[in-house]
Amino acid sequence: MKKVYRRPKSLKRAAFHYCPGCGHSIVHRLLTEVFDEMNIQDKVIGIPPPGCSVFAYHYLDIDMAESAHGRGAAVATGLKRAYPDALVFTYQGDGDLAAIGTAETIHAANRGERITSIFINNAVYGMTGGQMAPTTLSNMKTTTTPYGRDTRLEGYPVRMSEMVALVKGAVYIERTAVNSPANIKKTKKAIRKAFQAQIDDLGYSLVEILSPCPTNWKMNPLESWQWVENEMTKEFPLGLIKDATRTKDSTGKRDAD
Amino acid sequence: MLLEQKTVLVKEMLIKTIFAGFGGQGVLSMGLNLSQAAMSEGKHVTYLPSYGAEVRGGTANCTVAISDEEIASPVASSPDFVVAMNQPSLVRFQNQIQSGGLLFINSSITEPVVSRGDIEVIEVPASDIAEELKSPKSANMVMMGAFSKKTNLVLLSTLIEVLKNTFKTKKMLIDINKKALTAGYDLF
Amino acid sequence: MYGNAAIGEAAIRAGCQCYFGYPITPQNELTEYMATNLSRRKGCSFVQAESEVSAINMVYGASLAGVRTMTSSSSPGISLKQEGISYLAACELPAVIVNISRGGPGLGSISAAQSDYFQSTRGGGHGDYRTIVLAPSSVQELADLTHRAFDLADRYRIPVIILGDGMLGQMMEPLEFKYDAPSELPVRSDALRGAKGRPSRIVKTFTSRPTELEELNWSLFRRYRLIEKEETTYEIYLVEDAELVVVAFGAAARIAKGAIRNARANGLKVGMFRPITLWPFPYEKISELTQTTKHFLVFEMNMGQMIEDVKLAVEGKREISFYGRPGGVIPTPSEVLRVITRLYYQKGLKTEK
Repeated sequence: MKKVYRRPKSLKRAAFHYCPGCGHSIVHRLLTEVFDEMNIQDKVIGIPPPGCSVFAYHYLDIDMAESAHGRGAAVATGLKRAYPDALVFTYQGDGDLAAIGTAETIHAANRGERITSIFINNAVYGMTGGQMAPTTLSNMKTTTTPYGRDTRLEGYPVRMSEMVALVKGAVYIERTAVNSPANIKKTKKAIRKAFQAQIDDLGYSLVEILSPCPTNWKMNPLESWQWVENEMTKEFPLGLIKDATRTKDSTGKRDAD
Repeated sequence: MLLEQKTVLVKEMLIKTIFAGFGGQGVLSMGLNLSQAAMSEGKHVTYLPSYGAEVRGGTANCTVAISDEEIASPVASSPDFVVAMNQPSLVRFQNQIQSGGLLFINSSITEPVVSRGDIEVIEVPASDIAEELKSPKSANMVMMGAFSKKTNLVLLSTLIEVLKNTFKTKKMLIDINKKALTAGYDLF
Repeated sequence: MYGNAAIGEAAIRAGCQCYFGYPITPQNELTEYMATNLSRRKGCSFVQAESEVSAINMVYGASLAGVRTMTSSSSPGISLKQEGISYLAACELPAVIVNISRGGPGLGSISAAQSDYFQSTRGGGHGDYRTIVLAPSSVQELADLTHRAFDLADRYRIPVIILGDGMLGQMMEPLEFKYDAPSELPVRSDALRGAKGRPSRIVKTFTSRPTELEELNWSLFRRYRLIEKEETTYEIYLVEDAELVVVAFGAAARIAKGAIRNARANGLKVGMFRPITLWPFPYEKISELTQTTKHFLVFEMNMGQMIEDVKLAVEGKREISFYGRPGGVIPTPSEVLRVITRLYYQKGLKTEK
């Protein structure tokens, strides 16, 4: 009999602590599948954030080091500069990457640091209990926007990927989602491409993943998957945002922009 | 009152000099030159440049302390000597000089208005002499020559040795600066 | 060589591989020195970060990878680095942090000051941790202590702070380097460099089990006790027969020394005690001095910070006076001499016969 499904080698034998319907566990699995397929398990070093995924190291069987809130890209920069043979990625939420860590992210991208960011966008601060995130949709209710996000007072949802795409050091940026089998497959492809850009020494790569948070959205898993499809993608359209990997070589002399 | 009289300051050999002028006049190199010369004559030396916002806007200064013993503070609140390469420096530092101290003025471009009688004013037409030598940038070394003659802090020959070291890669500059130094030295 | 450059050269000779900085006066010459001299060295890296916050986190990243790494800044920038320092301490990662301090609070002034004593010695960031704090008082010592800082950081897996000031950083003094740069850059054996040929490893501080955090803190504090025992350093100057001992560190100590030389010449029996490690603080030695000396004068370029440690050491056995000038004004040796003299006679201390 042929085995068609197995636990990836890079995934530890542990039960996920994430809520039912949460996107983290799917992304974790995709990451480990990519590590296995690219055979880079012994080269990757992950930087998980404070947040629900702070325990990512309980599941990913790779070297990992915790970072302070928002500082992932800076920590990854230091690590990669000190040991360029490593494949370094940050795993960050929307509050982490698009609010407190905006400066670190933009500038690491602009320096073209050879690192990869996996950016989980679920439109709320998950672990702290569902407060407004920079990516919270207009009129969306959270614990700190109990009457809905008022754009006049609280601003607009931040399109971080589009912002990062503007800087020259960023070579590959794609927005995907993990709310359907088709989108999950696309997400895996994007993760693979992002790591390939790093392996090819081209520059900074970022995959933004729209990810359901049924608990804080106060929905059941199915509703949350549909909400990603029907509401989130209106503000955050899926698809390739920037790909300069074919036109940029590692010397940076040829430029896509 | 009585207590104050008991305090007799022992005058150890500690000489502090402030060099001041426009940025580009080479006042910091004068300080460095003197520091290195004193160092090679076996003295304790500290060199402290002005820095930060203080040097923006065109004026620069530095303080050189030379002593036979360890130097406590590189700062000079009342320097023994002041070299003023321009008018603003003269205005700023003339009141800080110790009584009996020397004030060197670049008289080519500075009005020597000094209101104190307890210091000796030495006028050196440094910029004019440098012009005559066809090297206007060497005004600082003309001044340095005069300074070394008047103060006897370091030997002229040591200053020249330091120059040789400073301009190791630009040999042509050694000659002209040496000429400038000597011209200043021979003024007095 | 400028004090700031001396630190940079000493760091390179100590095998520093990665430097991360952000411009701030009066330490810029150090960042510039590293940009010129470290960035081109084989295997080495220099990054001008987007903020001090980023710089310290880059240090954290480089330290994870097992290399010798450093950052430098001045007071306001060091405030920003506190978060990262707390993480370094918690993850037991070695790093060297240079504070060429200036006057505060706030933007303050760029002149020399010692008002960061509390911040440096009391942790500064959140949590129950310590950092080793070294206080040089000359350009030579800036270089020597930089080298020592890297060794201490590695030996005890702890962040080490060098607390200088604008005066030391900007001044030039004769200087001799005692080490050459190593031919091979040192890499720690516990470096995080990918799970090759070994199980994967985690560097973390967060835990949801309170007992785990308690264990970490106990292990940190056992190491801190060891550092206190092994690494406390100080300088004593003419204290044997001193009726009055001046306690001062860093730049203030060299100013005090000048004053003491003159006081001695006047027949006043004055000595000096200079802590070189501000943490661990030399409590024991000061406590010993209470047996021989009558009075202590703490002299600082702030409004009185180290004096609290001196009080802890003296334990009320002797009287302590304080003389301080807050940031911005550098006191002169003759000013300190006046203070010493006045105090000496007020307290009726015995002079030389």
